[in-house]
Amino acid sequence: MATKRLSEIAKTIRSKNAGVDKITFDVIFADRAGFDFVRRSGVLSRAAICCIFGITESRISDWVEFEPALAIKFTIFRTAPSGSPGDADIFGSQQYGPLMDVAVPVN
Amino acid sequence: MALIQDHLSAHRSLRILCPNGHLGFAPIRTGSFGSGLAAEPDLICADSGSCDVGPGPLGGDISASPRQWQVHDLEQMLLAARRLGVPMIIGSAGDTGSNSRVDLFVGIIKDLARKHALTRFRIGYFYSEVGKTYLRRKIEAGDTIRGLDARPPLDLVTLDATDRLVAMAGVHPYIELLDRGADVIIGGRSSDCAIFAAPAIRRGFPEALAYFYGKVLECASFCAEPYGGKESVLGEITMEDVKVTALSPEQRCTVASVAGHAMYERPNPFYEYFLGGHIDMSQCRYEQYNERTTRVTGPRYVSAPELRAKLEGAGKLGERYVGMVGVRDPYTVENIDQVIGWARRQAIERFGPTGWELHYTVYGRDAVLGELEPRKASPGHELCVVVQAIAPSRELAEEVCMIGTRQMFYARLPAVKGTAGGVAFLLDEVMPASPAYRWTVNHTVRVHDPLELFPTFLTEAGI
Repeated sequence: MATKRLSEIAKTIRSKNAGVDKITFDVIFADRAGFDFVRRSGVLSRAAICCIFGITESRISDWVEFEPALAIKFTIFRTAPSGSPGDADIFGSQQYGPLMDVAVPVN
Repeated sequence: MALIQDHLSAHRSLRILCPNGHLGFAPIRTGSFGSGLAAEPDLICADSGSCDVGPGPLGGDISASPRQWQVHDLEQMLLAARRLGVPMIIGSAGDTGSNSRVDLFVGIIKDLARKHALTRFRIGYFYSEVGKTYLRRKIEAGDTIRGLDARPPLDLVTLDATDRLVAMAGVHPYIELLDRGADVIIGGRSSDCAIFAAPAIRRGFPEALAYFYGKVLECASFCAEPYGGKESVLGEITMEDVKVTALSPEQRCTVASVAGHAMYERPNPFYEYFLGGHIDMSQCRYEQYNERTTRVTGPRYVSAPELRAKLEGAGKLGERYVGMVGVRDPYTVENIDQVIGWARRQAIERFGPTGWELHYTVYGRDAVLGELEPRKASPGHELCVVVQAIAPSRELAEEVCMIGTRQMFYARLPAVKGTAGGVAFLLDEVMPASPAYRWTVNHTVRVHDPLELFPTFLTEAGI
């Protein structure tokens, strides 16, 4: 099956602290076609996210499709608060890395 | 003489210029700020705080931002506000909003007033720190300090392990200080949106729109595109809508950028909570008003059944030293956990199993994502391991770090070919770092009065 990488379809893929105990991920599309295409594909469903990051669903605190911004947004709990010793991403700003290469089926 | 905030042109709208989403963290871009001033805003407001800087600044009662940049931004804003004769409001002073950071900013404003021989004006300020005794009494009286984000209620052990706490103010101390005639307000820790919502609510604009107004303005140009920080944006609130305009020539506020910002750094794009209630943004409508401006209608305000203030607290874990090593031997790369295990055992042999901590962060494998890393089984051809040691004294932290780092050099792997040193040193030393803290408190406390935790004060500056 032919696939495209999520980074080829989405306009913005980012992550950031949402408070000190959570990291939130935003995948934003430039047009409705891309937004609809990806959300229908299920590659960013709760189950798919668990698979990508190797977590259980209880780690996901929020998951929404945010139409006004053409975005899929989800938030996960950290295992320790931001900035605790050993946390190497105090702002949570690089956690989106694995989303870039998510394969989206295109036919 | 009429108070300056009362002689504004018209009460039909209130326009606020926001030059910076985190004052002091990086300097204001003065070009777009100048364009905003040319539009003669009714107020100039900025947030200066964030918990993104980690627990260290609050715990250690320091700023994460350099003083020169704080002075730079405050000077730009103060001179402009006094020239236009409009109020200036800063929230969450000095990154953390602790009492010492409020005093620091009030002192800077007074120094600047002297330096520029400004005509006498009134500074209003308030504190946000919360005493541990106050919270201890609450806990002992059975008044639960509820955990946020799935944390359990605050217990006395965690409270004791906390060095400093601040509460998040709502609009109330800002309104109080505006009522008392403050020309410049320096706020302690506050909800970002409250800084902007307060003057709008005071003027009678609907709470739903006022809080949304604050929500959209608080990060300045982060609600514009293309991406570019520290540029000014101009907001306008009326009885019907909120409009936000990008001021940098390269930027525009679009439906996509403003809606996109509504979800920035929050778990859910539909709700924004603050002392006294929340706004529901699920029915917001975003429209392109003109090339650089987006118009928003439809947020709803929901008042809270009881007043609860958010608390942030940080506690010290110990002094900290940092070491670094590199690894290029493929066999060692593959067995890096064994090397780390060896070094850790040497520390245990010398210091016993407790009373210190060693943290190993393996760059090139899973440093950034940790347990979330899907590719940790395929590390790069070379690794950097950062070693952090934490202990009650600097001397012990240094020695633990030295053992935890240098013993990687001597690690005994069964099949290693290189027998003249297991790792590479960029520096054969360990480096002192800031003390280690953790966020001990992310909770809410019930209050009877929204001003209860936020004492307000007035002072004067200028000549």
